[in-house]
Amino acid sequence: MPSYAGPAASRPGDVAGTLRLLAYLAVSIALIVTDHRGHWLGQIRAQGEVLIQPLWWLAGLPGRIGDNVRDDAATRSRLAKENRVLRNALLISGARHARLQTAAEENERLRGLLGAAQRGRLDVQLAPILDIDLDPTRQRLVLDLGSRDGVGIGQSVIDAGGLLGQIIAVTPTTATVLLLTDPDHAVPVSVARSGVRLIAYGRGDRLELANVPLSSDVKVGDAVVTSGLGGRFPPGFPVGTIRELRPDDSRAFLLGALVPAAQLDRGRDVLLLRRVEMAPLTPPPAKAGGEEARLRGTASRADERPQAALEGRTGPEGASSRRQAVTPAGTSLNRSVSDPTAPLPNPPLQSQGREQQPRASEAHR
Amino acid sequence: MSRLRSPWVLPISVFVALLLGLLPLPEFLRPLRPYWLALVVAYWVIEDPEHAGLGFAFALGLVADIAFGGLLGEQALRLTVMTFILQRFRSQLRFFPLSQQALAIGGLLLNDRVVSAVVHLALGEPQLPWTFWWAPALGMLLWAPLFLMLDALRLGRRKS
Repeated sequence: MPSYAGPAASRPGDVAGTLRLLAYLAVSIALIVTDHRGHWLGQIRAQGEVLIQPLWWLAGLPGRIGDNVRDDAATRSRLAKENRVLRNALLISGARHARLQTAAEENERLRGLLGAAQRGRLDVQLAPILDIDLDPTRQRLVLDLGSRDGVGIGQSVIDAGGLLGQIIAVTPTTATVLLLTDPDHAVPVSVARSGVRLIAYGRGDRLELANVPLSSDVKVGDAVVTSGLGGRFPPGFPVGTIRELRPDDSRAFLLGALVPAAQLDRGRDVLLLRRVEMAPLTPPPAKAGGEEARLRGTASRADERPQAALEGRTGPEGASSRRQAVTPAGTSLNRSVSDPTAPLPNPPLQSQGREQQPRASEAHR
Repeated sequence: MSRLRSPWVLPISVFVALLLGLLPLPEFLRPLRPYWLALVVAYWVIEDPEHAGLGFAFALGLVADIAFGGLLGEQALRLTVMTFILQRFRSQLRFFPLSQQALAIGGLLLNDRVVSAVVHLALGEPQLPWTFWWAPALGMLLWAPLFLMLDALRLGRRKS
């Protein structure tokens, strides 16, 4: 130390500094010696350590964290490997889970469809939707089944909720469905509660009951089902619920807005009611009747325009394309419009009456 | 220059130096632990002699002794010696380039080791392992970054 202190100790300030240094050194050495020899400094040291305790704690904090880090580092490679494996497993199970999720949803939908099919004890065919053409002027679906799968023009298409539409065109591998809401579509319906027969027209994105007589027993909230008249659609399938009734332009009739029962814009599968399914519904003697109905269907298709013109009905169905073949223009229908109070021999809403219903309408005709 | 523009830098730097000195280190790193407190004290003695003098070093040494749990007075002695030397050569050191400053600090830290060894020898205490003599070299390397960092903190962005 003197060797360091030596060189420039010429100024008076340096002398004072040296003296202070010596004083501090003396104190330090005294402290060191007393601390080393005696133990009476222990008291002071203990109190100082209490004061310094937080500092230790704070200094230990990164150490404790470091311990954890070190512990982790020891097993790091193992953990990293495990992590990798688990990550992969997670990815795989995530993907699997997503698949399961979709499968579960699909299952749900299919069960719904199956339920719909079983409730009516119907012979149905599941058809995946290939393409959707939802547009105010065109409400079509393209199904992934065609004539190769036995699909024919005129088959009804349903889903879990109710009637969806009908097949209007078939290629060997695809089939086109005209939805209920297509402006070209009309379906003979009856009000489930009162049996009043009406026609539901597609209006692009909604369903409408046109020409409802003011006096008819129709209320908001009534469920509307297919009446089966005209032979195109089987009876008793839900079509929709009346949401609103208002007078039309002529003030002589009511217009009813329908909420479709089917989920027109949901799902990926629909059910096709088999054409052959109609046969068991009608007893063997009535097979001819069934054929007759089909014939009548074609006939009605051919006669439709004149009929519509004859009845003075206006609206899109008047300008309907040849394809639609929907409006079951028959006397009975016209009667239902003109004569709402005519008693229905067999209300279509009764489930047990379903089998009788075609015959009943047949008889009615 | 010698005026404190950020008065909190001094206590905080000292506090952090104490913490760094107390920080538990793995066995193989322990000998390499630089004498942070000496570095910080050196910085303040060189840059701010009004606040950091012999008394400052002595008091800090006592605190460090209590905190580190060594012989009471040992670090006070070491820091006082170092401060005294620094005060003597402060005018030269201040105009040294940083590299030469670092060399000087390295020499001081080595001297500090010698003082520590002498104290231990005089009291018959066990000597530290020879690996502890690497610490001054590390302290020397750390001087430049520490100096620049403390300068930046103390003077704000004005200097840089």
